[in-house]
Amino acid sequence: MTLPVFPDALIDATYSDLKKEAEDGGYRLNQDIDFTKNLIRGLLKNEQRYGYRACPCRLATGKKEEDLDIICPCDYRDPDLDEFGACYCALYVSEAVQKGQQKLSPIPERRPPRANRKNPQPLTPKGLAPLAALPLPVWRCKVCGYLCAREQPPEVCPICKVKKDRFERFI
Amino acid sequence: MAVEHTSGKKVGSVMLYALSTCQWCNKTKQLLRDLGIDFDFVYVDLLEGKEQSEILDTMEKWNPRGSFPTLVIDNKRCIVGFQEGQIREVFGT
Repeated sequence: MTLPVFPDALIDATYSDLKKEAEDGGYRLNQDIDFTKNLIRGLLKNEQRYGYRACPCRLATGKKEEDLDIICPCDYRDPDLDEFGACYCALYVSEAVQKGQQKLSPIPERRPPRANRKNPQPLTPKGLAPLAALPLPVWRCKVCGYLCAREQPPEVCPICKVKKDRFERFI
Repeated sequence: MAVEHTSGKKVGSVMLYALSTCQWCNKTKQLLRDLGIDFDFVYVDLLEGKEQSEILDTMEKWNPRGSFPTLVIDNKRCIVGFQEGQIREVFGT
């Protein structure tokens, strides 16, 4: 494998940070520590070459606006955890998988294929006329579903810690 | 093109499209090595521009979702993802 050699101390520190962040939000990292640390090496390599932690198991373009949905944690993590017990790369797993009660199997790609990816943000929902009278817009975190009513989304999602650019206008 | 070759038992053309950062790609490559199969592989994330888009076009004919790993066997069959059982079955082990 052609992964750059990151110092073990950096891998260990990143692992601890991600683990704490996950557990604080009710998520779980894969219990296979060697496998998980290799995923972290991939995340760090992507951070180094693209400037953000794109999913190690997906091909990033290097253009952040096109890759936002696959910046870890990706927009597809929660539905894949619900349906398959792990996210696409298996950095995050369900309780059943972590405890060995459910076996991991390959997860089909949920992200739209290249040709269908440029979907415009469908965020002028229909039938919202009465709600337009709300005093504040409602923003939704595309990663974890957190909702908040305020002028702008928060800088960081208080639940899953992704940045402001992962929010969409919900109402 | 940055296609690498692993020598082994010849079973027709075997091409693995992979990412250098992907653990499932890595497991697939390791399985092919363990099975002693003669195969080619390419790390698509290490290619750029036209070279990358051309190889993606070829890969997407087999796997329209464009996901990794994609394993194309003898230009007849395609296995998407680390499907250990299917891969072992195809190579008769």
